[in-house]
Amino acid sequence: MSSISAKAGAATIAVPRRKRAVDRSQWAGYLYIAPAIALVAVFFVLPLGMTAWMSLHNWPLMGAHSFIGLDNYVAITKDVRFWKALNFTFYYTVIVTIAIFVVAFPLALFVERPRPMIGVYRTAFFMPVVVGFASASLLWAWLLNVDSGLFSPAAYQLGLTEKKVNLLATFNPAFWSIIVMVVWKVAGFTMVILMTGLQSIPTELMEAAKIDGASAWQRFRSITLPLMRRTLALSLILSVAGSILAFDQFYIILRGGPRNQTLTAVYWIFNQSFVSFKLGYGAALSMVLLVILVIISLVQLRLLRNPEGM
Amino acid sequence: MASARPRERSLATLLAEHGTGVVLSVIFVAPILWAVLSTFKPPSEARQPPLPPWPTTGFSLQNYVTLDSFGAGLWHSAQNSIYVAGMSVLLTAVISVFAGYGFSRFHFPFKNFFFLMILATIMIPFQSILTPIFLILTWLGLQNTLSGLVLVYVTLQLPFSIFMMRNAFDAVPKEIEEAARIDGAKSIALLVRIMMPLVWPGVVTVAIFAFLNSWNEFLAALVLMTDQSQFTLPIMMTAVQSGRFGAVDWGAVQAGVTVMMIPCLILFLLLQRFYIRGLTAGAVK
Repeated sequence: MSSISAKAGAATIAVPRRKRAVDRSQWAGYLYIAPAIALVAVFFVLPLGMTAWMSLHNWPLMGAHSFIGLDNYVAITKDVRFWKALNFTFYYTVIVTIAIFVVAFPLALFVERPRPMIGVYRTAFFMPVVVGFASASLLWAWLLNVDSGLFSPAAYQLGLTEKKVNLLATFNPAFWSIIVMVVWKVAGFTMVILMTGLQSIPTELMEAAKIDGASAWQRFRSITLPLMRRTLALSLILSVAGSILAFDQFYIILRGGPRNQTLTAVYWIFNQSFVSFKLGYGAALSMVLLVILVIISLVQLRLLRNPEGM
Repeated sequence: MASARPRERSLATLLAEHGTGVVLSVIFVAPILWAVLSTFKPPSEARQPPLPPWPTTGFSLQNYVTLDSFGAGLWHSAQNSIYVAGMSVLLTAVISVFAGYGFSRFHFPFKNFFFLMILATIMIPFQSILTPIFLILTWLGLQNTLSGLVLVYVTLQLPFSIFMMRNAFDAVPKEIEEAARIDGAKSIALLVRIMMPLVWPGVVTVAIFAFLNSWNEFLAALVLMTDQSQFTLPIMMTAVQSGRFGAVDWGAVQAGVTVMMIPCLILFLLLQRFYIRGLTAGAVK
């Protein structure tokens, strides 16, 4: 009864009423996404804008801030430590990315085919991935410690070295120790991504090539690699993006040492912002890093799209 | 004889393969196992040669007891970490279920704009906006509070989580919802009673990632938590490892690392399927 009268009443203003019904469902949609939007706005979009704003200011932790235009950016051009840190970050990124691939690709080939025990191996290779970077760094800080750790004392105990060798005292051993630790920590991740790519290669293609007499190496070169291009590019992007932002392992294991040679870009930003409390300068450094990352991402996305680019 | 040769060869290959598999597995798992075993060494063994890795003069929990005496204590930091990770999981799940549902099932102006805005944050590293986040938390009166850290962690989780949940809702046929609506289910009831059981795997995936990422996060916690009583486990352990509470006690550090690793490993071993699903969905799409 009531529904009939409502319909009758609505007849004269049918169009606006229908529109209002649509509006109501629209508002419901806003209500569902509102908490997410609010958080992203307050803790992501607003800080992003503020970084740009703060970078134009002299902004100490205490006391008033003042507008100084591009002075922070001018100071960056003369900041030898920052350029050294950036240089080291790129060096680390290239080396660690290559190292991860050299280890992860054979692992992916190894665990790709289903057979007995393979689940156990996959799980074992992957276990370090779920351990946090800070936990892994603390763990390796101990393994690498010259007195109470594992590597040097064990080598000494087994008579491999005449005295305990401090791996963290000079640049090269320290650097390569970090590379080993990071490869141990993340190779399983890259392995799974590459494995997914390998599994998407049609088996008929491989069978056909086998019947045509192609060797394992020929099949790898002519089928696996080309078809893996997108997956390879993707894991490359992930590895590069992650490595450029490296901080935890260098802070926890090396504290930037020996002799500040392993300061990364993020480490230097952290130092300037939260140790020296030059928030404006830290923001300007952040902007520079941000621009560099965006450029690298765009270049990589082009590689991902354009087959000739690889 | 002709048939024996291939079988012999395959046995050799089999041995080689499993030999490789076992050796590699040991390499990857050994550091973890080593740390855990060494935490049970009594303090008298701390200065002894590191081999063998297990305690030889008796099993001891002294390392864990010692760890509890640093700063605000192991148990206190563990509680902070549990609170931060627990709240992050809860809020991330609830907020991303709502948002995923909203983005999947409703049409409203600027929908695509908002969705892209959330997704785009993946491209921008939070390391570069940490300074203003520090200021914003101060203005909100949340500086040095666990709740402030939770809000930051939840925000960082949202792009991945909302993407996951929207896809999960998209995969649910519209007919199921329409049938429920005809039967008289209202929006929220529909979401909770009809849709939730269908998108449950997605929620589990989102929850695992929220837990692991907030439990293990280091840099933001290091910057935002300056008061010892608010330290999460990774920050607390870094302070112990750097000798901020006196001489470095590596037994205690290993105990702390063990406490940090065990929940992650258990969670992964129990829910591996959901974790790998999230990994490939997040990375490949």
